[in-house]
Amino acid sequence: MTADPLAQAITVARALEETGELVEGVPAPDTGALVEGYRRLVLARRLNEQASALVRQGRLAVYPSSRGQEACQVACASVLGDGDWLFPTYRDTAAIAARGVDPVEVLSMLRGDWHCGYDPVVHKVAPQATPLATQLLHAVGVGHAARLRGEDTVVMALCGDGATSEGDFHEACNFAAVFAAPVVFLVQNNKYAISVPLARQSVAPSLAAKAIGYGMPGVRVDGNDLVALDHTLGEAVARARAGQGPTLVEADTYRMESHTNADDATRYRTDDEVAEWVGRDPLRRVQTYLRAAGALDDAREDEIAAVAEEMAAGVRAGLGAEAAVAPEELFAHVYATPTPQLVEQRAGLRTELAFEEA
Amino acid sequence: MSEPKMTMAQALNTALRDALTADDAVVVFGEDVGALGGVFRVTDGLHRDFGERRCFDTPLAESGIVGMAVGMAMNGMRPVVEMQFDAFAFPAFEQVTSHVAKLANRTRGALRLPMVIRIPYAGGIGGVEHHCDSSEAYYAHTPGLTVVAPATNADAYGLLRAAIESPDPVVFLEPKKHYFAKEEVDVGAGVPPIGRAVVRRPGADATLIAYGPSVPVALAAAEQAATEGRDLGVLDLRSIVPFDDETVAAEVRRSGRAVVVAEAPGFASVASEIAARVSERCFHHLEAPVRRVTGFDVPYPAPKLERHFLPGVDRILDAVDTLHWEDAA
Ligand SMILES: Cc1ncc(C[n+]2csc(CCOP(=O)(O)OP(=O)(O)O)c2C)c(N)n1
Ligand SMILES: [Mg+2]
Repeated sequence: MTADPLAQAITVARALEETGELVEGVPAPDTGALVEGYRRLVLARRLNEQASALVRQGRLAVYPSSRGQEACQVACASVLGDGDWLFPTYRDTAAIAARGVDPVEVLSMLRGDWHCGYDPVVHKVAPQATPLATQLLHAVGVGHAARLRGEDTVVMALCGDGATSEGDFHEACNFAAVFAAPVVFLVQNNKYAISVPLARQSVAPSLAAKAIGYGMPGVRVDGNDLVALDHTLGEAVARARAGQGPTLVEADTYRMESHTNADDATRYRTDDEVAEWVGRDPLRRVQTYLRAAGALDDAREDEIAAVAEEMAAGVRAGLGAEAAVAPEELFAHVYATPTPQLVEQRAGLRTELAFEEA
Repeated sequence: MSEPKMTMAQALNTALRDALTADDAVVVFGEDVGALGGVFRVTDGLHRDFGERRCFDTPLAESGIVGMAVGMAMNGMRPVVEMQFDAFAFPAFEQVTSHVAKLANRTRGALRLPMVIRIPYAGGIGGVEHHCDSSEAYYAHTPGLTVVAPATNADAYGLLRAAIESPDPVVFLEPKKHYFAKEEVDVGAGVPPIGRAVVRRPGADATLIAYGPSVPVALAAAEQAATEGRDLGVLDLRSIVPFDDETVAAEVRRSGRAVVVAEAPGFASVASEIAARVSERCFHHLEAPVRRVTGFDVPYPAPKLERHFLPGVDRILDAVDTLHWEDAA
């Protein structure tokens, strides 16, 4: 790590070259752990593919894919302990799955069952946030509450490059820094906010450089390099856990697919640009390295592929079935005890339903 | 009858103190709530007596305050946050409507938010622009929020205790013009349930329905009407959400006439909602259409024009005069 904060916020930290070779001077990663990381990358990629396929089949309404960003998705989950919290966005389904939540539960939201399909308390994963950057403040609050109680919880808060333009991004960074909250902000800079390129969001030297204004470290890292991400995020988590406050990490990555299936990326970016990023694929980089290191062979790859297929089959089965919804549940959770007005409205709906059934 | 006299600010301060003492999860934060004790002194001495952990100043950012409170409530705390003035709560509106109000529903009750957003509320203090808005309709229109507006200092104490104990998020609207008026407050009277209106004055001829700062105005109107031979009742809603249809309808059915009094502009307002609810439930008992006496549909005026804007005794009595008395038996 360099001593100059601005250099650290601008220079992209990397451990594996795009070719899969170890960057000179970087210590060799533990191959056992990296094979596990690779397994998670394959699962994340498979989940992205499966979910996108389910959209094409009309099973899901929409899926914001993190294809190309799987290293970020895997790393942000694997650096956390059981007592830590993850605050994901709509694009972070694979990160939630990497944290151990059943992808069927996560994706059931996009089948239209309910606005959140998993129990956030059990998994210590907040509901996926759609209003951009708003969740970052919740992350600060969770972290600050933990610190007030003397707990060493760390909170990983995710957002995109576009979200850094929102006011809540600024407020969250500032609050976290002022209260020395144990939060790691991970900005997945995938270069676009729907159609709007990074250059229209910010002319700062980097997004990580914004950290300097808040008085916290900003680190820029290759977002397609699992080894570098594990290292950078791991250090940021350790700082937070030790009471040294927040870190802003910018991961330099790329959104390989359209924003969602409803988007048409050909209107605002070129095939050449996309092709360039194919060469920087986060999976192949680790795969090449592990194969060269003799830590990954065909047999192990087959095993991993089989696990991924099994996961995908489970997702297909889980989401292929039509889940029944309970209309009366509309009124169940708005308040701890439904208001008299909701009780009345529920009775009205009940009558309508009885009439429908008759 | 000899309870200590307190201002509403002191009653609220006592409620915060008692809540901080009763429950270690309660934390109080906002702008200037620490050393200063809040611009209205509602948090006076809390930082000194309970320490930085329990009562603290934040950076100046309302969305940040409410958003951080959401996270703290997600993680076991009971935050009570102060917005400095009603119009300065608007930067937090996205947090309030998209998260505070919805998180319990979104998570099927897994994440309830026991938090209170205290807002100095409404007019009558000659405030400069942005210091006197009546914003209750925005909050009342948002499912998931509880919206409370005390009219007496005793209720300020009791309802704030109840709000802090509530498992649901509460928007707590504190009528500014009451902050420094003294009344007897019995802090041992017990915590009133949120969602029950109270009859402040029984009346056989018509019912004035009010909340927050309009309650004393309605009481003054009833007092005046009594000297003219009309027996007006006054109902204090105390909580806008949940709304006490039962008490409201029972009172109006008894009197047969209703006037809703509120400071906020009348169009698409809480007063409109009340008028509609009363009409739906009491139509066959009504001698006359329900009337609303509200602020005009204009931005909150400059101090010299304030008295023309706010519903006053005369305007209320003029409305009462239109309630078809000549037809009455
Ligand atoms: C407050 C708000 N404004 C607008 C939107 C609509 N919207 C959804 S995603 C998106 C782009 C966000 O881009 P970025 O933060 O870079 O994240 P990415 O989608 O690239 O992961 C927009 C504008 C929103 N969800 N919230
Ligand atoms: Mg983006």
